[in-house]
Amino acid sequence: MRYAMVIDTLKCVGCSDCVVACQTENDVPHGYCRDWVTESVIGTYPEVEIELRSERCNHCDNTPCVRTCPTAASHVIEGGIVLVDRDLCIGCGACIESCPYDARYRHPEWGTVDKCTFCVHRVHKGQDPACVSVCPTNCMYFGDIDDANSEVSKLIAVRKYKTLAPEAGTKPQIYYLI
Amino acid sequence: MIPFQISGSEEVFISGRNIPHIDPHLTLWEFPISLYLFLGGLSAGILFFSAVVHLINKEDEFKGAAKWAPIVVPFALSIGLLALVYDLGNPFYSWRLYTTIRLESPMSWGAWVLLIVTPLSILWVMTYIRELFPVIKYENYKMPFLYKVEELAVKYKKYMALALLPLTIILGIYTGILLSAFNARPLWNNAILGPLFLVSGLSTAAATIILFAKSHHERQWFSKIDILLIVIEIGLIIHLIMGYYAGNEMQIEALDVLMNGEFTTMFFGLLVVLGLLVPLILEVFELAGFKVPVIIPAILILIGGLIFRILMVEAGQLSRILY
Ligand code: SF4
Ligand code: SF4
Repeated sequence: MRYAMVIDTLKCVGCSDCVVACQTENDVPHGYCRDWVTESVIGTYPEVEIELRSERCNHCDNTPCVRTCPTAASHVIEGGIVLVDRDLCIGCGACIESCPYDARYRHPEWGTVDKCTFCVHRVHKGQDPACVSVCPTNCMYFGDIDDANSEVSKLIAVRKYKTLAPEAGTKPQIYYLI
Repeated sequence: MIPFQISGSEEVFISGRNIPHIDPHLTLWEFPISLYLFLGGLSAGILFFSAVVHLINKEDEFKGAAKWAPIVVPFALSIGLLALVYDLGNPFYSWRLYTTIRLESPMSWGAWVLLIVTPLSILWVMTYIRELFPVIKYENYKMPFLYKVEELAVKYKKYMALALLPLTIILGIYTGILLSAFNARPLWNNAILGPLFLVSGLSTAAATIILFAKSHHERQWFSKIDILLIVIEIGLIIHLIMGYYAGNEMQIEALDVLMNGEFTTMFFGLLVVLGLLVPLILEVFELAGFKVPVIIPAILILIGGLIFRILMVEAGQLSRILY
């Protein structure tokens, strides 16, 4: 069992609904976000290519954030979801420094570290993460990548995809269809 | 129609994200962490020299190194630890560092090494503090049991010294490894940083001992040691820079922050020139017989050491993996 997300950059319109859905679902503090949309524009007018990406914690297979955590607050649970245990976190920031995607932040009130949880509370109920479920273009897919029959597995079997900064060695588990 | 060109055309990257201390680049670790690294390296160096002087039975010849300078250490380590705790987001839970040992996490084993070295440094100073300050009488503070502690510390001083040798080296290297363990920050992710911070820490320690030295002979000895350390340090810094220039795009970009960016003046002006070259030249002049007030190179080295930590901590967070 390995949860993963597949995001179709060709269908994304950059509306940021996923960002707002996450902020509402997870009570993300004002001015912060656990997912965000980036836009890279390559080329010179009129030959430009735009890539829109909804980014978040990649729930990496090889997790520097878990490795550098001194208290074991950052940990991986069944299915490969990377979480922070608020009761153990001292807010030292080692995990933030070690994440190549800057996917973590210190919660302004708690002082502990916060990040995308793949909406584990929803996943355990059999639902999709909030971002996936609200996307108006249905460009995000969530599922078990170990299961060859899951939608995510089928998509990356036929479509061209990339992951972010694979050279960081983190084995990220968000796959971008390109 | 103009053919589509990737090279030579621009890639513009826009991120909708703007999180405090994370965007546009990390500013999470600030001055307290630099101070912690500086004081940790300084303390490790002083204790190392003190232990060596004790083991080779030269305490009377090198009184500053053996007895006076180490008095600074318990204070330096306490201030360093306070700075670290102050920088935590959740400081009241910092004891959680000590509910587990995680060897993969430098933050974890460093905290443990400090937990061992700090009390050792107090015991170390206790072995002779009443000899230096006869006015100290533990019964006056209603703590007569401290005589017993002192007696034990004196009895086992040799073993303490033997334990301090590896422990102080580990502590000194740790101040660099804490940063180099982060592969996500290319400027830190370099195996040289551990030895470099160790040597820099030893050099600031030698400078402190020069300030406390009780004889011209001792001052000269530690000036010589310091000259050697500064030369090694400069060599390692050159090595670091060359390594990055020969590196990949990410490393070259990371180095640009030091060589060609907002930290360039600080790097060359304050660290290389004022913190290393000027004190090196002054110490060489002093050895050659010119009259140089030793306090000047010693203080420059200490300031240079602190600036080096500030520079690496802040510039490192500007460097990132490009994607
Ligand atoms: S994206 Fe960052 S925070 Fe998430 S698992 Fe990978 S390294 Fe850890
Ligand atoms: S901030 Fe919290 S989760 Fe992150 S490394 Fe420190 S203790 Fe672990």
